[in-house]
Amino acid sequence: MKKGEKRNEMTLRFVSRSANEAFARTAAAAFIAQMDPTVEQIYDIKTAVSEAVTNAIVHGYRDTLGTVTMTVRLYEPGLAEIVIRDKGCGIEDVHKAREPMFTTGGAERSGMGFTIMESFMDGLTVRSRPGKGTTVILRKLLDVKKQA
Amino acid sequence: MQLQYELREGQLTARVFGELGHPEAIELMARLGRMIEDHLPARMALDFSGLEFMDSSGIAVVLQTARKCAACGCRFWVEGAPAQAKKVLAAAGIHRLTEIR
Repeated sequence: MKKGEKRNEMTLRFVSRSANEAFARTAAAAFIAQMDPTVEQIYDIKTAVSEAVTNAIVHGYRDTLGTVTMTVRLYEPGLAEIVIRDKGCGIEDVHKAREPMFTTGGAERSGMGFTIMESFMDGLTVRSRPGKGTTVILRKLLDVKKQA
Repeated sequence: MQLQYELREGQLTARVFGELGHPEAIELMARLGRMIEDHLPARMALDFSGLEFMDSSGIAVVLQTARKCAACGCRFWVEGAPAQAKKVLAAAGIHRLTEIR
């Protein structure tokens, strides 16, 4: 996915408490709003960010509290890149974790988080090392028509 | 997240309002589970028309509620979901497992 000139960037760091899931998705959406996305694009981003941050909190820091870092970069003419990073337990097998319905979270989790991220975004990269943490990179084209 | 419910002629209708993420889903699953056990309805509608946002945590709510209903012979469906919630349900293929109205 080709990136143009960087227009803006912000980074948030927050404790891995569930109350911060709504804060993170709302903050990402508010920052990206300056690119004048459609309502559907904003909802897509909020949904994908919610999935990635929830994974960091519920799975990455399963039995402990840690720090989640979210960086949002905006590129011309219309690309949002969101990087969500934790230093939690990491994912043993990323390929398996990305399969639909796979979860280590029991009945309270659907195992559809990565499927939703893939469906709602234009790009998804997952890097993880057991014991070191996980980085999820989400990319969304904000105005495909203009770029065509 | 807020929950209202109504029991009428054997049908339990549970209406969810606000945002449905992971912490709200845990609370909602517990409350819906208790409602089903307490009332043993013949039919149950999970009304999402008041939802402002839902992530995949809402899928877990739908699947768990559907399982609870199936276990006690109760017909179950989801109704009134706004576009964003419908998109989440569709991406997960929930319409193949549960009736979506």
